[in-house]
Amino acid sequence: MDKVSIIVSKGSLEGVYPGLILANGARMEGIEVNLFFTFFGMDAINKAKYEHLKVATVGNPGLGIPTMVGGLPGMSALVTHQMEKKMEALDIPPIPEFVTMIADSGAKLYACKASVDMFDLSRSDFIDEIEGIITVGDFYRMADGGQIIFT
Amino acid sequence: MTTMTLNDTTLDVDAEGYLQKPEQWTPAIGEAIAREMGVTMTDRHWVVCNFMRERYLTTGSAPSIRSLGKESGVPIKELYELFPRGPAKYASRIAGIPKPHGCI
Repeated sequence: MDKVSIIVSKGSLEGVYPGLILANGARMEGIEVNLFFTFFGMDAINKAKYEHLKVATVGNPGLGIPTMVGGLPGMSALVTHQMEKKMEALDIPPIPEFVTMIADSGAKLYACKASVDMFDLSRSDFIDEIEGIITVGDFYRMADGGQIIFT
Repeated sequence: MTTMTLNDTTLDVDAEGYLQKPEQWTPAIGEAIAREMGVTMTDRHWVVCNFMRERYLTTGSAPSIRSLGKESGVPIKELYELFPRGPAKYASRIAGIPKPHGCI
């Protein structure tokens, strides 16, 4: 494989990591990478938010926490903290460091224009590492000739 | 396990050409592997390869790309300039250690 374009559409911690791990892993294999952040996935490149992404403890049956318990105050922060500790032990970087690392590895990062307009955001809300804000059409042109992964 | 001959030395390698016995390695063999892979070694390439090899020999596993970028003295951007086809993969093969297994 020569090129992969990965869409990150979710803003929870467990929603963002798979796309980032796939992107980093692709660069490690010498594969060209485009990362397209859309909807709440844009939180991963939003300066004010990317340090504070949380695990979803409600509506997440894989966690094994009953919905009513998952909704208790502080629950999401607690589970997020545990997961972050585990990840650090496995040498998986926190989101801000990971995003910078992926950009430094030569992957191209983009925010989705439709989502930017919908949430009233602009270029200055995003980290410096992104290449720009692009339309779906731009994305398809960029992804042409490679694989597309939606997360 | 298969073998390959470089510099008149027989080396145990896996299917992808990674040395399986790091003790069979010498810097000259590293140079020869690099040449075969199309990499012209510079001092900076050697910083990366030596770091990987040392880390493998002391801990039993190759460093992640994260610690490679943080601790080898060669930042991520430069790692990819030196080894555009994959720093960890290329450097470990040249350094004569098995292929790294981690996802990061």
